[in-house]
Amino acid sequence: MKQAFNQLSEKLFSFLKPGEYLVASFYGENSQFIRFNAATIRQTGLVDDGSLTLKYMYNGRTCTGEFVLSGNADIDLARGKQQLERMRKESREIPEDPFQVVPSNTDSSNEITTANGLSREDAAEAILPVISGVDFVGIWSSGKIFRGNSNNLGQNHWFETESFSLDYSLVTPEHQMVKGCFAGTDWNQNEFEKYVGESKNKLTLLNRKPVKVKTGKYRTWFESAAVADFLGMFSWNGISEASLRQGCSGFGRMRHGDTLLSTKFTLSEDFRKGYCPKFNSDGEISDSRLTLINSGELKNTLVSSRSEKEYGVKSNFAASGEYLRSPVMEAGRLNQNDVISKINTGLYLSNIHYLNWSDNAAGRITGLTRYACFWVEKGEIVAPIETMRFDDTFYNFFGKELEAVEDRVSVNPEIETYGGREPGAITCPGILVGSFALTL
Amino acid sequence: MRSDINLDNLLSCVDVPAQWIGLREVYESSTPRMIRDGVPVSNHFASTHGIMIEVLVDGQFGYYGTPDMSPESISKAAEKAYYQAKLASRSSTFHFDESARPAHRGSYKSPYVKSRTELSAGNMNSLLLDAYKHLKVSDKIVSASSLCNIIETEFRFVSSNGSDISQSFLMLEFDLRATAADGTNQQTRTFGGMRGNCKQIGVEFLDQLEIIAQASTVGEQALELLNADECPTGDLDIVIAPDQMMLQIHESIGHALEVDRILGDERNYAGWSFVKLEDFGKLQYGSDVMNITFDPTVSSEFASYGYDDGGLEAKKEYLIKDGLLVRGLGGQESQIRSGVPGVANFRSSSWNRAPIDRMANINLEPGENTFEELISMVENGVYMESNRSWSIDDYRNKFQFGCEYGRLIENGKLTKTVKNPNYRGVSTPFWNNLKAVGDMNSFGIYGTPNCGKGEPNQVIRVGHASPACLFEKIQVFGGA
Repeated sequence: MKQAFNQLSEKLFSFLKPGEYLVASFYGENSQFIRFNAATIRQTGLVDDGSLTLKYMYNGRTCTGEFVLSGNADIDLARGKQQLERMRKESREIPEDPFQVVPSNTDSSNEITTANGLSREDAAEAILPVISGVDFVGIWSSGKIFRGNSNNLGQNHWFETESFSLDYSLVTPEHQMVKGCFAGTDWNQNEFEKYVGESKNKLTLLNRKPVKVKTGKYRTWFESAAVADFLGMFSWNGISEASLRQGCSGFGRMRHGDTLLSTKFTLSEDFRKGYCPKFNSDGEISDSRLTLINSGELKNTLVSSRSEKEYGVKSNFAASGEYLRSPVMEAGRLNQNDVISKINTGLYLSNIHYLNWSDNAAGRITGLTRYACFWVEKGEIVAPIETMRFDDTFYNFFGKELEAVEDRVSVNPEIETYGGREPGAITCPGILVGSFALTL
Repeated sequence: MRSDINLDNLLSCVDVPAQWIGLREVYESSTPRMIRDGVPVSNHFASTHGIMIEVLVDGQFGYYGTPDMSPESISKAAEKAYYQAKLASRSSTFHFDESARPAHRGSYKSPYVKSRTELSAGNMNSLLLDAYKHLKVSDKIVSASSLCNIIETEFRFVSSNGSDISQSFLMLEFDLRATAADGTNQQTRTFGGMRGNCKQIGVEFLDQLEIIAQASTVGEQALELLNADECPTGDLDIVIAPDQMMLQIHESIGHALEVDRILGDERNYAGWSFVKLEDFGKLQYGSDVMNITFDPTVSSEFASYGYDDGGLEAKKEYLIKDGLLVRGLGGQESQIRSGVPGVANFRSSSWNRAPIDRMANINLEPGENTFEELISMVENGVYMESNRSWSIDDYRNKFQFGCEYGRLIENGKLTKTVKNPNYRGVSTPFWNNLKAVGDMNSFGIYGTPNCGKGEPNQVIRVGHASPACLFEKIQVFGGA
């Protein structure tokens, strides 16, 4: 795959005329998907996919063209040439882009991770016996993911990884659910059986009759997976410099200096674990670690090179959409064993669902409880709760109401597959919050 | 770029002992162009082209999606799909037969006058730049943008039992956006909510629109919101405009009625449903003025089509009649599994995803009240336009929506503008509080390109049309 990408991009670069720039960005996957319902197989299949995006720049104009790669070198070259010609023509018609970022040749990289995963033929047989006897629903995704980037000045990056994830829910007859995600690179059947076994054990807590919690404010513990969902919101009208400048960021109150988060809250963009490529779609490489919020203070926003030109703020080579690619929230001091007693009376939320900004400027987020969420009273779990809606601001739950942070972080792997399988993860601890608003 | 693919020949190259074999070829191009803050930020062209081969083996479907459309590749893909299905058939959720893919022959073409190529890249940029200039009505507009995306899709489906379907679509998404800000006070106004103006139409849509007038209104209303009072809090009557009804229908009816969801397929991702199989024909979903249809026949609506991806012919059907739930959003597979009457809604996002139950055009049929009559029925309430925030639980019960623009209704009249209008509720009590439905004069056709569902995940285009509607005693609140 790497060789095909390099040969195609080099060939396209050879067609360039003086003054023209071209960046080639490659995405590809060879994937197996098995969808489960009721511990049986609902759908199963394989997908090979790959596309090349060309960014063409000439005379201050920028055009982009994306096409699928068939795997046949002649067909793919013809598609590339056609796009190049289309963009050349179009660049004579469209307005100048004053914030165009022309490519450079600063660094190249090559990162290939091979794995000893489950073969396509063995996947169902390895999983099915372990999930029997329980209402299991979820998705197995596995295979290779490829990313490449090169430009006509000689810069070249390649990222290739092989991974699997089994993202699932276990469901009780009363419709209470436990969430699990067993993900990695090398398959270990014993570890898998142990992981699912732990999920099955959690189901016993859910056999108690759910209680209905009244609306109001409660002490609340969020497990790492729930915290990851909150942090994910920072990628959407969040910690992007462009969003702040365009008046659509929840971080306005921090930028204008009148609000801090808790001193217990520290967030970085950290590529050191290698969950995703260090290069962005322009081939730029970010620092291995960039502190965004340090002890509650906004230190950096995500700044792309385009934003540097447009707003005069130094680029930290963020992705063009200025979203978080590898966020890591620092651990604190609260041990998991002490969580229930520290809650005393309140909520234990393992997962949350369907988040949206309800008032972006105020940092207010609404969403719902989901999966194993419990009512805790006098330091003991009483029962699971019926689904509740919340609506609160991160200036509270990451700010003045943040009481304690878990003493270890968990890795929450990227499992969404809208545009294809994606590498990446959100790494964060759980948090204990003094007050959290349930509204419906 | 299209290459000449002979799907019938490719089908004849497949040599596996399957009960049924289908090939679905999809070519799609999109051309999003966008001006933000006076400069071009997108002049993009994206295309994808590939084939999904599906095989039915021992009652289990298996698939392989590939962009390599050579006979050798399709032959190998069929073998691998066959093997996947064979392995899975020992533990299938359901054992199907050929009746899950009924044979149909036919074609569909979007109605349009002007093709994509009748508006050059240069002219499109000029039009969007003009729109931007009229959005920026004040220095307090800190950011403004205009966007148009033209999508062309060609679809062909052939199968071993004789299906042969060709469909050709031309679609357009258009958006205007202005954000006014004063310190931390920031308000965004768009043209019909986030990309709400999605149609199956040619570029004549842009001729028909009074784009400059619309842009000025969007800019002025963003400024107006900056200085507006907060939306009041309380149990109030609300009149909802069609560009918010779109999301209300989508989230609290559409997803809830997807039969694959009711059957539990989605429980690990999008969720389940409060609707049970035994509710069809019995559940009073809403008041008796509520009539909801699955209607893939509405000209220019975003998700009109002739056949779904399983080859089923698409027809208008009532899902809810006089408030009573009568039919589910289930394609042929779900109809077989559930025994519930359904519709032709077995759809996939492209050649690289397997079809599942999706919405298409889900509409609220017009009633008899003029917009003025709806307003006149309200003593103390709020009128709300254009969605900006949406969230609902995994059973499709507890929802919360935020809108961009509100007006108070006092003593039967629209009065002052309010910002941050929000409301929340629970699906069936909410729909049973539907007091009156607007007539054809307030009927608006909208859609969204971003309906997410499925594992692996898929986004699909859906259409929603509705008149303005009046709901009684709804929990309303403002911002901050």
